[in-house]
Amino acid sequence: MANSYQLKRVDFIFRNENDWEKVLSTTIKKKPQELINELISSELKGRGGAGFPTGLKWKLTSEAKAEKKYVICNADEGEPGTFKDREILSKVPYKVLTAMAVCGYVTGAKEGFIYLRGEYKFLEEELNKEIAEFEYYCKEINLDFKIKVFMGSGAYICGEETALMESLEGKRGEPRNKPPFPTQAGFNGSPTVINNVETLVHTFTIFKYGAKKFYDLGVQYSRGTKLFSVSGDTPKPGIYELELGMSLQDFVYEFGDGDTKAVQVGGASGFLVPRKKFKDAAIGFKGKLTGISLPTGGSMMLFNSSRSMFNVLDNYLEFFREECCGQCTPCRVGCQQLLLGIKAVKRGDKPASYLDKLLRLTETMQLTAKCGLGQSVANSFSSIVENFREEMIY
Amino acid sequence: MDPIKSLIQNLADQYGRQRENLLPIMQGVIERENFLSEYSMVEIAREMDIPASEVYGTATFYSFLETKPTGKYTIRVCKTITCAMKGKSQVLFAIQDMLKIKLGETTPDNRFTLLETNCLGWCHKAPAMMINNEVYTELTPEKVREILSDYMKQNGSI
Repeated sequence: MANSYQLKRVDFIFRNENDWEKVLSTTIKKKPQELINELISSELKGRGGAGFPTGLKWKLTSEAKAEKKYVICNADEGEPGTFKDREILSKVPYKVLTAMAVCGYVTGAKEGFIYLRGEYKFLEEELNKEIAEFEYYCKEINLDFKIKVFMGSGAYICGEETALMESLEGKRGEPRNKPPFPTQAGFNGSPTVINNVETLVHTFTIFKYGAKKFYDLGVQYSRGTKLFSVSGDTPKPGIYELELGMSLQDFVYEFGDGDTKAVQVGGASGFLVPRKKFKDAAIGFKGKLTGISLPTGGSMMLFNSSRSMFNVLDNYLEFFREECCGQCTPCRVGCQQLLLGIKAVKRGDKPASYLDKLLRLTETMQLTAKCGLGQSVANSFSSIVENFREEMIY
Repeated sequence: MDPIKSLIQNLADQYGRQRENLLPIMQGVIERENFLSEYSMVEIAREMDIPASEVYGTATFYSFLETKPTGKYTIRVCKTITCAMKGKSQVLFAIQDMLKIKLGETTPDNRFTLLETNCLGWCHKAPAMMINNEVYTELTPEKVREILSDYMKQNGSI
């Protein structure tokens, strides 16, 4: 099939910018309010997957009254299928540091943390060198901002913002109840901005090139570009910066191996889209896009027809069962029962109609689980079971 | 003074004794001891003046904070979907065959421990594994045998 459409590749994130010092010194000459307005008008949304407006987050923290405030860079990238943040931190770390310092200036925070997942320990040394150089420059321009790298120790749930803060405080990484939100009470109870690595890099782009440049990319409700981590059955695995709003069909034309049967958008906690729905699915945040709109932290996993979707779901559920923090019952028991349930159906110990019971269980989890982990198990479970039911049974 | 006690004291001096320094201190102990023994957890609790149960509760939450003895080298093979699709099982067989241990076990000479782990973040270069903090990607049984024999040679076991 011929395809006239070209995916719009962009190169902002990995573009080597040698002038971060200039960007930092000119940005902090502007008023905080001005910078917040710029972020708001760019319509940048968080790139970790949840998609909260970044400008609003900074604004709320800057308005919060407190003695101490913090900036946290969330580099606990644990979603199966994502590996973009590691590339950012190893190739353009100075953009992340600059963005954190600007955020500190805007919100009044003097300290920042990079929460780095334990699996990326090998990045720590290089990052600390970068930070030393960066802080030296901050001193020169009289900007009081310190950054510390904090190592995680192998827990997926610590990517959840409040669990991350618990972990940073030296506790078990169990998500907190919200509200209060981190913008009011975050690390050690102080107002905290917590942003994904990629989100911070986008703010660098916005402060350097202006909000309009960013806003002009993408589509309505999903502005700007996004890094996609492409893996699975594809001849071109890797990291690509693309405009938001593309259809999944175009994505598969570009990255598929000609036999793509399904794409998992957003990792194990995201949605599986079968071939017949590629045309209707657009990749971007929830909004008024036509058809299905798929929010994502960037993970795109392709499966061709040689793959059993039962095995895929089985792998995801085992992942969730192990990574669930165990704090709330819907998630702890739910993940275990879903895994036992699909195995029982496959073995023939339970009738096929048992799948419907399991679907109802995921609905309960979606409604009652405390944090995003338990709630999002329903996404992959229901989209795989509904679209590939026969593969779950036979 | 016994070495674990002084190690913990040094780490506490270096990082501080507030609760937020618990993880760095535990990580520091593991770097030297390869795991957190009951004894070292009690010592950490004493040094930081927090309940030992809190130290234990935190330690057991994180998969990289081992509370059972492990070897000098901990091998963690990624088992998440892309690695599973691209031949993780064959890689695991090759390691088990070479080290003569099963998943979760440690070699009798206390050199290697073999574990599985969740997504390491190298899905585009699957299958992947970590040996301590070192990452190895695009593995094949042949490649993994080469890597492991290098580790064995370093220690003079072949």
